[in-house]
Amino acid sequence: MKLDIGYVLRWWARTSSFAKATADRGAPRGVLAVLMGLAFAASAQGARIGDMQETVFVEQVWRFFTMKDAVVRTALLGSVFLGISCGLLGSFIVVRKLSLFGDTLSHAVLPGVAIGYLVAGQKDPVAIFIGATVAGVLGTVMVNLIKKTTHIKEDSSLGMVLAGFYGIGIVLMNRIQKLPTGTQSGVDKFLFGQAAALSSVEVWMIGGVALAAVVLVLVFYRQFLIGSFDIGFAKAMGLPAGLFHYLLMMLLAFTVVVSLQAVGAVLVSAMLVIPAASAYLLTERMHRMLILASVFGIFSGVLGAFFSFLGNSLPTGPLMVLAASSVFTLCFLFSPRHGLVSRWRKRRSREARIRNENTLKAIYQVRESHGFAGEGVKLTDLAERMNEPAADTRRRLADLVATGVCDLKEIEGKSFAFLNPDGWLKACAVVRNHRLWELYLTNQAEYEPDHVHDDAEVIEHVLGEETVRRLERLLDYPSEDPHGKLIPSLADVQRSLTQVSPGEKATGYRMPNQ
Amino acid sequence: MDIWSQLIPEFSFQQVFVEPWTELLDPFIWIFLMGFFVTAACGFIGTFIVWRRMALVGDAISHSVLPGLVIAFLVSQSRDTLPMFLGAVGAGILTTGLIEIIHQKSRIKTDAALGIVFTTLFAFGVVLVSLYGENVDLDTDCVLYGEIEHVTLEPLSSFFGLFEAPGSVMRMGIVSLLVVVLVILFYRPLVVSSFDPGLARSMGMNPAVMHHALMSLLAIVVVSSFEAVGAVLVIAMLIFPGTTASLLSDRLPVILGITLVIALLGAFFGMHFALWLDISTAGAISTVIFGMFLLAWVFAPRRGLLWRAFR
Repeated sequence: MKLDIGYVLRWWARTSSFAKATADRGAPRGVLAVLMGLAFAASAQGARIGDMQETVFVEQVWRFFTMKDAVVRTALLGSVFLGISCGLLGSFIVVRKLSLFGDTLSHAVLPGVAIGYLVAGQKDPVAIFIGATVAGVLGTVMVNLIKKTTHIKEDSSLGMVLAGFYGIGIVLMNRIQKLPTGTQSGVDKFLFGQAAALSSVEVWMIGGVALAAVVLVLVFYRQFLIGSFDIGFAKAMGLPAGLFHYLLMMLLAFTVVVSLQAVGAVLVSAMLVIPAASAYLLTERMHRMLILASVFGIFSGVLGAFFSFLGNSLPTGPLMVLAASSVFTLCFLFSPRHGLVSRWRKRRSREARIRNENTLKAIYQVRESHGFAGEGVKLTDLAERMNEPAADTRRRLADLVATGVCDLKEIEGKSFAFLNPDGWLKACAVVRNHRLWELYLTNQAEYEPDHVHDDAEVIEHVLGEETVRRLERLLDYPSEDPHGKLIPSLADVQRSLTQVSPGEKATGYRMPNQ
Repeated sequence: MDIWSQLIPEFSFQQVFVEPWTELLDPFIWIFLMGFFVTAACGFIGTFIVWRRMALVGDAISHSVLPGLVIAFLVSQSRDTLPMFLGAVGAGILTTGLIEIIHQKSRIKTDAALGIVFTTLFAFGVVLVSLYGENVDLDTDCVLYGEIEHVTLEPLSSFFGLFEAPGSVMRMGIVSLLVVVLVILFYRPLVVSSFDPGLARSMGMNPAVMHHALMSLLAIVVVSSFEAVGAVLVIAMLIFPGTTASLLSDRLPVILGITLVIALLGAFFGMHFALWLDISTAGAISTVIFGMFLLAWVFAPRRGLLWRAFR
């Protein structure tokens, strides 16, 4: 199936770039025409005059960041304001689990945009603002009405308002395009957004909404916060929770409506949800989330506007959304507490610690089986104890050596592991944890002695010092585990580290090199 | 110039309602059939989707199919059904997978995960279309509200020598038939697992298998409807028939029957309105079925607003 390419090209011509809009607004036209011509020629000729394309690229970047063009300034300012209000409102949306409501609202305003255009007879920002707000409110009311008066569930009622209103919007937009003045109407930019087409009035409207959002959130921060997390508590405190809810919804509707020109109806919800969700991954505190979300919003908005400026026919909305999703991906992977990679690394280091502790325990057990005679532990004995090939044990010991608690020495062609005082302390602690827990399970929880080992294998790595002290107290400072083996107590371990006087009874807890 | 008088073109009964069924039958019957097949297939499966509270998952899939389609085209350099289908199904699986991953591996709730994943993929698709649209023969309008009208430009192909129809109409017809047949064949497990997963499990069924089967079927339907109704309006076709019918009846077989009637009426009036107002047929169909929902909401016996008000 073939679509009319001519039509497509004309459509693109209409959804113009920053550069084209600049030309329309009387910026240095000659220079621009040359630049555009060069860019076009370069892209058509490919690598042969690639350096020329590069010049244009640098030129464009320069123009964007020096902000000499009024259009660039307008678009940038608009993106910054947009980022702020989307970040603030989006944070509340995300913590209130209303993300899909934002999506519905952004689609539902479309017929309002069209009717606003029709009433004003032109693309008048104020008329469109009013029309879109009315449509948004109507959509919200309808979602609630459907939910209240039928058995239809919330997700379906959201979907119905989204689809129904959007359908009507598309029909009206189609009709506007067919009007004699329709092709210049610019209403099609409301679908995917074009920051370059922002007028200064629109930027002031976005700015106004951003200001209102900042002021209201600052003034009513507590009320919004309580209303978002504990509606029952808010009511008990005598807060008019409903009022604040509607205030928030009103702000949300305004944000969506003023964002339409820059981001487009289809993707506004993304600018609400994605920066806020990224912030949600980084912090537990609402005020930090609000600030972070605004920063991410600004960053995505500006980056989207920038790339739309570079790539000639690219709509702004999708680029902003992609910038926001890149931020989200980074947060999702590398957030210190909740990031996938951070958590994976944490898990890896925990696993490594448990592995090392098990090695230490095995070394202890081998020494114990020899009556603590001899200082080193033969690698082959350890392998036998761990029930694994000697090569694995060598790797295990190498890991342990890397942590600095153990030395590996070759004596007469055989490998021996020697623990240093730190290592010995740790080994004793793990064994003590294990045996204390076994005893606890047998004595206090009435487990059979042959059922306690597996539990102790797990718990020995997580018992903290404080818990150990309490266990010892509870079990009345025991010296033997259920299997009749010694439990190295704190006193034993500490004494073992000091010089044992000749007359003292040997506990066996003597350092290898003493 | 009065903008309002131009908004609604002159209505000619002859031109709008008679000609499509007489001398212009050849192109218009295909538009009508395509509209009917799309709405019927979506409505039929949508009934179950709505019951399982997955309406917005359908919306998400229909959006995120876009990059799959574009990439499939760029890779295969053809608009053949198979690569398109594979690309779209891949995108669909990616969507549900990513939603699951984000939901399970972080503290983001499902609704936000949904909102993040499908908008991102859709944005990526739109950028691809804007960059390579010339080669893909897709434009953003098609993405936004589909191009049912294009079936009329297709050459007719023969169906085993029995009859002739444009390829996409034939494909959509087969898909809707497949949906209806599968739903009838697996009616019991589908119903039980939709309404009571616990009971389904105790009866020896596997609700997870049912879930994935339904999702795959949904993906097939959404993908085949994409050209006709675009990414956004699919959700109208998915939700409205089922919910409207459920206002009119309590019995599932009756509800499924009513969705077919709604599809028929929606395609019929949608086509004629689109012809009269010179607008997108998909937009017109979704507006018509939205209107039917509003009527049912107000006037439905027992469930309607009026009935409840005067009871």
